[in-house]
Amino acid sequence: MANENLNLTLKVWRQNGPNNPGRMETYQVKDISPDSSFLEMMDVLNNNLIETGKDPVAFDHDCREGICGSCSMFINGEAHGPDRGVTTCQLHMRKFKSGDTIHIEPWRAKAFPVIKDLVVDRSSFDRIIQAGGFISVNTSGNTVDANAIPINKEDADKAFDAATCIGCGACVASCKNASAMLFVSAKVSQLALLPQGRVEAEDRVLNMVHQMDEEGFGNCTNTGACEVECPKGISLENIARMNREYASALVKKG
Amino acid sequence: MALESKTPKGPLKDKWTNHKNDINLVNPANKRHIDVIVIGTGLAGGSAAASLAEMGYKVKAFCFQDSPRRAHSIAAQGGINAAKNYQNDGDSVHRLFYDTIKGGDYRSRESNVHRLAEVSASIIDQCVAQGVPFAREYGGMLDNRSFGGVLVSRTFYAKGQTGQQLLLGAYSAMSRQIGQGHIKMYNRHEMLDLVLVDGKARGIIARNLITGEIERHSAHAVVIASGGYGNVFFLSTNAMGSNVTAAWKAHRKGAYMANPCFTQIHPTCIPRSGDHQSKLTLMSESLRNDGRIWVPKNLDDVKAIREGTKKATALSEEERDYYLERRYPSFGNLVPRDVASRAAKERCDAGYGVNKTGEAVYLDFSAAIQRYGKEKAVVMHIENPSESEVIRLGEGVIESKYGNLFQMYEKITDHNPYKMPMMIYPAVHYTMGGLWVDYNLMTTIPGCYAAGEANFSDHGANRLGASALMQGLADGYFVLPYTIGDSLAKEIMTGHIDENGPEFIKAEAEVKDRLARLCNINGTKTVDHFHKELGKLMWDHVGMARNSEGLNKAISEIKALREKFWKEVKVPGTPDSFNQELEKAGRVADLLELGELMAKDALTREESCGGHFREEHQTPEGEALRDDENFTFVSAWEWTGDASEAKLNKEELTFEAVELKQRSYK
Repeated sequence: MANENLNLTLKVWRQNGPNNPGRMETYQVKDISPDSSFLEMMDVLNNNLIETGKDPVAFDHDCREGICGSCSMFINGEAHGPDRGVTTCQLHMRKFKSGDTIHIEPWRAKAFPVIKDLVVDRSSFDRIIQAGGFISVNTSGNTVDANAIPINKEDADKAFDAATCIGCGACVASCKNASAMLFVSAKVSQLALLPQGRVEAEDRVLNMVHQMDEEGFGNCTNTGACEVECPKGISLENIARMNREYASALVKKG
Repeated sequence: MALESKTPKGPLKDKWTNHKNDINLVNPANKRHIDVIVIGTGLAGGSAAASLAEMGYKVKAFCFQDSPRRAHSIAAQGGINAAKNYQNDGDSVHRLFYDTIKGGDYRSRESNVHRLAEVSASIIDQCVAQGVPFAREYGGMLDNRSFGGVLVSRTFYAKGQTGQQLLLGAYSAMSRQIGQGHIKMYNRHEMLDLVLVDGKARGIIARNLITGEIERHSAHAVVIASGGYGNVFFLSTNAMGSNVTAAWKAHRKGAYMANPCFTQIHPTCIPRSGDHQSKLTLMSESLRNDGRIWVPKNLDDVKAIREGTKKATALSEEERDYYLERRYPSFGNLVPRDVASRAAKERCDAGYGVNKTGEAVYLDFSAAIQRYGKEKAVVMHIENPSESEVIRLGEGVIESKYGNLFQMYEKITDHNPYKMPMMIYPAVHYTMGGLWVDYNLMTTIPGCYAAGEANFSDHGANRLGASALMQGLADGYFVLPYTIGDSLAKEIMTGHIDENGPEFIKAEAEVKDRLARLCNINGTKTVDHFHKELGKLMWDHVGMARNSEGLNKAISEIKALREKFWKEVKVPGTPDSFNQELEKAGRVADLLELGELMAKDALTREESCGGHFREEHQTPEGEALRDDENFTFVSAWEWTGDASEAKLNKEELTFEAVELKQRSYK
């Protein structure tokens, strides 16, 4: 385990608003513990900036335990940085060496406009879910007993794996086409794999894909970068499943 | 003001059913003309917003995150309790009720807890209908596991991500209503004041966090579901943005704050590694199903381990002190959280902590890996499996149960928990205290409701594991949508509430003034500086063990710190722009008021109960000593205009169905 503290050069994207031009700014941070997380390193930078009368770097973050999906930094050309299977908040500084230069940028996609610095607007994801990412069941104390419909364990596990998507947008940021297929297919798959989700499966996939196109996400060309960079390991298999679901729905519903 | 719990008459088990039959209803055509504001989109707020919109009310929902899906309920790991008795182990509504009352150390309201147990089963049905992928057995049925403080398996789970899956269920239900136009969603908005008109909650002042614009929103009722205030300790398992602001604004407008000192310190968190740390990470209580907690028996071994000359795995069984199993043989590693936390502190204070800071104990899976490995070998018909084969199989089983937690642990600490025992230490996790509510979940302000962690209602002085998710969803899906009708039925003739009324204009001016003040102090210290100072005071004096000297010290020092904050804090930027430091500053300013009240509440409560441990009140064995004669009440604090002068009101608690006993898990 590396014990020595790190001195780093940061090149950070600064942009005042969606319509302002952005630029890379260079900062130095010193004496960073290798046990600190990447965002704790950013806290140090921001405290330095505030104390010297400068504007701190805006970035999204909340749970800092890899599950809320808020944090969204493009670090040295990779969504969530060089480690695999982690979000930015779970990336630790022991993955870097003293003297390194680290480039930090926001997600870049037409459908994710920059709000400020590293903060982007991902509400397009919400609108895709609103178009069909649900099962139409109202709250009632009278739904059937939870064990009334046994679900094959393999399907339940696959549905769970798809459902672990945190909606961070790393897939979009990593894709050369800024495609949202991995995100959309994860939700389509989760619900298509469960009997209670089958009832609306056709409308769901058609509506969600339609909304995805409306939002300005690109197409999928099967490069697979999304799967590699996904912090939750969402599988490309979901995209294949969504394509099947979509094709059959299209044939049936036109 | 006299506190009226409005608990319905009749036998405990019939109260909720009878009450539902008596509640005023609003006709479907009228619901369209009634607006409800919901603050927060976690399990309580999200489920309430979705259910109210499905019923036909016009809902406006607010969250400070960029999407309602990111509320901190998402991070809940272990599971959700429900009295389904699928395991045929003798569970029932009564047993869940009893466990919760006892677990809360007899400081919660019987009627509310019974209702919680009654609706618990419906929550699971509802979530499965929504497509929540709970863990299942090979036969396709739902799986359960056990949590602390109970003797049955009633916890439903989705690996170590149960909160995420439940929240995404509520989020999808909300999304459906947003898509249909029944909920108007305000992402990246923060409530900065509650507006009262003629004594009733009639709306809020909110800040658009992107533009900095101050907005007025009116409604016929306001639901506060903004979560807990554990961030008053700076280091906690809460999200960075978790805050007390919405609840505190309501408190300052007349909502009483109940039992603010009841804080849950969770026994199994990753220990702190240094001063850079911004938050602590929980390792789910579910791990105590399979992990055994221990420290070395001999101080020489402790020393060698700290110096790195000896490894935990080198210690024989005889050299280990499984202190929970030793002290509490019947519950063992699955004692409730407050008991487990104090026991860890006791060992570490005695010098047995196993890391450099002396604040860590082991959570060891080697016995479980062996046990599962052997079971699996039998299932797979492997005769005489080798040691390494058993370990490989056992690790596979552990991975399928807790994979994401083990991965999280390894990423943070750089240690492999399959090979070396985890190191854990207690950390602030949850706050049982919150806004005082009556049986209908209404605060002391008419029309202002509180749900989920933001209210005080169900967990008494200590919450049982997997009960937060249950309470959040119970409140939002099955309680509030009914009980809110009682007051809304009187609003059908009210008509739209005017956002341009004088009360709104005044509240807006006050909010703007406060934001401008924060930006104009232009001191020398960052918001984080003050937040860390506050956190240290709270942890040292209002943490796991409290005494009157420390609490008095906390009260005066927090007050001084608050004054300093308003003179010396530096908030860069302006109020009319995207300004994350300003957001933080407003929240820390409120926490600086709350912290003092927590200390005051802890000082007033001259007994030990649940998570509240007063060193002056303990048994010779070091267990918490309750004083039922003098403290069987809810402390409900009233704002008087000065943060140091809150006034105590009491709701006496009466118990009909259970007998008050000294808790024993031995």
